[in-house]
Amino acid sequence: METTVVDDSPVLRIRTAVRAREVVPQAEVAAQPAIRIQGLNLAYADNHVLHDITMEIEAERVTAFIGPSGCGKSTLLRCFNRMNDLIDGVRVWGDLSVMGLEVNGAQTDVIEVRRRVGMVFQKSNPFPKSIYENVVYGLRIAGIRDKPTLDAACERSLRSAALWDEVKDRLDQSGLGLSGGQMQRLCIARAIAVEPEIILMDEPCSALDPIATVKIEELIYELKEKYTIVIVTHNLQQAARVSDRTAFFWLGRLVEYGPTADLFTKPQDKLTEDYITGRFG
Amino acid sequence: MSLRKQVQRGEHLIWLTGTALGGSLLMIAGLIAVIAVNGLGSFWPRPLVRLALTDGSVFLGEQVQSETIPDPDHPDHPKRDRIQLRVGNRDLLGFDFKWIDADRIGSRELPLAVWYVERREYGPLFGTPVAIKSGDREVAQGEEAAARLPELVARAAGDRAAVRRLEKDEIGDINHRIERARLELKRLDFEAHRAPARDLSKQRAALEQRTAAEKARYQVKQEELARLLDSVAGTFVTFRTADGTEKELRSLDIFRAYPANELGTVGRLRVYLSRLWAFLVEEPRESNTEGGIFPAIFGTVMMVMIMSVMVVPLGVLAALYLREYARQGPLVRLVRIAVNNLAGVPSIVFGVFGLGFFVYFVGGNIDRFFFPESLPAPTYGTGGILWASLTLALLTVPVVIVASEEALAAVPRSMREASLAMGATRFQTMLRVVLPAAAPGILTGLILAMARGAGEVAPLMLTGVVKLAPELPLDGHFPFFHLDRKFMHLGFHIYDVGFQSPNVEAAKPMVYTTAILLLLIVLLLNLTAIVVRNHLRKKYQTLAF
Repeated sequence: METTVVDDSPVLRIRTAVRAREVVPQAEVAAQPAIRIQGLNLAYADNHVLHDITMEIEAERVTAFIGPSGCGKSTLLRCFNRMNDLIDGVRVWGDLSVMGLEVNGAQTDVIEVRRRVGMVFQKSNPFPKSIYENVVYGLRIAGIRDKPTLDAACERSLRSAALWDEVKDRLDQSGLGLSGGQMQRLCIARAIAVEPEIILMDEPCSALDPIATVKIEELIYELKEKYTIVIVTHNLQQAARVSDRTAFFWLGRLVEYGPTADLFTKPQDKLTEDYITGRFG
Repeated sequence: MSLRKQVQRGEHLIWLTGTALGGSLLMIAGLIAVIAVNGLGSFWPRPLVRLALTDGSVFLGEQVQSETIPDPDHPDHPKRDRIQLRVGNRDLLGFDFKWIDADRIGSRELPLAVWYVERREYGPLFGTPVAIKSGDREVAQGEEAAARLPELVARAAGDRAAVRRLEKDEIGDINHRIERARLELKRLDFEAHRAPARDLSKQRAALEQRTAAEKARYQVKQEELARLLDSVAGTFVTFRTADGTEKELRSLDIFRAYPANELGTVGRLRVYLSRLWAFLVEEPRESNTEGGIFPAIFGTVMMVMIMSVMVVPLGVLAALYLREYARQGPLVRLVRIAVNNLAGVPSIVFGVFGLGFFVYFVGGNIDRFFFPESLPAPTYGTGGILWASLTLALLTVPVVIVASEEALAAVPRSMREASLAMGATRFQTMLRVVLPAAAPGILTGLILAMARGAGEVAPLMLTGVVKLAPELPLDGHFPFFHLDRKFMHLGFHIYDVGFQSPNVEAAKPMVYTTAILLLLIVLLLNLTAIVVRNHLRKKYQTLAF
């Protein structure tokens, strides 16, 4: 069965509607970086986690965040869709805009930010529902009930996540019956079903075996045609393989940020060099 | 190996824990075995023994038990035996059970042609059928009478059903309608008092006409009933008992009769099963010591169901607030401790609260505003199945809250994050992800609550349980659910039959059978909930994170 992307699907219409509400015109959005960070700080109670992060993340590229554990890379990632709101006593200051949308503004609709910024977690976390219901979850909560639309979105997302051929005959079975790698791809399918602009991946392969990891990496390579991807990883080879640009964090500070090839072959900073050559971390 | 080493390896702990578990299991198994043997054995038809005593008196009956007692007269042989005989024929002898010393028994035999007769009053009759009379005419004698007895008993059962149908269903319906019309008339009086200007004479006339029509129909049915009774009540059976007395019984009053010593195993099994069935589906007779306990089964199940319907939403909502919305701090901790302690409040205290709050306050006000026409006779202002269920719901809500809270806490954080990251609101996340995943745990809470609620008696005694309820809380009369009605309950039935009965000895088997039935019903209700839970678990199983 061949599917074509339905351009006038309600999902796209929602996205267009969301964009139309923006003050920034379309053309300018495209020219802008996907995420613009300006002097961003974050603190839990009296623990200052992120210090003055300033960087721009390019659209339709894969950007990798690397650094030792506890350096704040995941925390920064979770700032992009305000998942840190779930933790009590978090304070964030500084500027952060995603696709021209002020993320931390007082008037910002968190739900809207999260619809435009999808996320894939370290441990795959499909809902205890059928594969089908997992994929269309985002559409259902957006109030879409039209069965053909849901079916089309389900197939399109599963195809994009390279999972369609493996599960097309058992869409009504539990998503928890899949293998680890399949579950993670299911989570990716779920994230892209609502057609976000950015996909955040928090160590998506750390719980997977090498073969499943290769599949996810291939998937990331394909997805960057359409989406901006930010990936946090502990696996330096993975960062080198999949990303276009890499940022190295250390103790809550951005140490070095540049094209992946440059960062790995001729790091400007001593810390970066020590880290990628395995002298610490 | 040295003792020290063994202690270090913890070998003794295995023994200790194993013994503790084994001891608990043994006690529970023993309890259930005692109840089951005594309860289920009581339906088995035992042989009728005829004992001729040395003083010349003769007794016929079922041997219930025998025991050895000390004998103060013979210090050399400090023990003697005696047996307990159920002699029946309470109306003739004045007692039902008799202890007979073994050394006073002259001869002992199992006579043929003696029948065990279950009848409407005075417990069983043991004797030989000697004659059947229809009207003034004798239709059978001697062995022929015995041969025709089973057929007669079967016909009597059909006749009783016909009388009952006429009495309870048809005349009962008419009475019900007359009572409704009376209340509506009374309501019109209230109406007229409130708004004297309104002309209500038309409604009044219609109601009076309706009442008159129903009363006419009532007369017709009463006559029909009298005719039916005339036609079926004219047959009598005469029995001769062991001591030669003759007793005449109306065939309509005979419920079951079998020749106790002529039955084979199959025959006994048939009597056993028919008694068991009657026990389950019939209404009690003879101040609950005979007949069935269907109303009590029905009342228990219905009460537990109403309780479940009330307690789950209340408990789950409270748990959701405590776990999902409340800011976790000292106040919430205090509330949690209070909820846990609530489970330790004696149940009679809940009963007193239910009586004061639900029955008198809530029920009294409902009566004042909605049923003023039947006052001073209370409608909801007296104990009823609704108030009893609500009281039990209150009693068991801590269990549901604690279990639900634990179930909610066990839903992995990653699951909520996945939903929130998809742009779901907290409410959507709760409804679509958290609650379904917590459902099995919530059902566990319900199972615990049902087990506790079904066995509770004390609070019910204050809020609506009765010894004998003439009507079920669910029947064919509009509005079908009569939540204001009093009801019967197995737990209370055990107490009533065992301790409030005029004939305690005869009621003893009833206590055991009722207890085992209560156990079975709790088990059945729990099994249902467990099946539902396992189904949900399979459906919403989360990964072990």
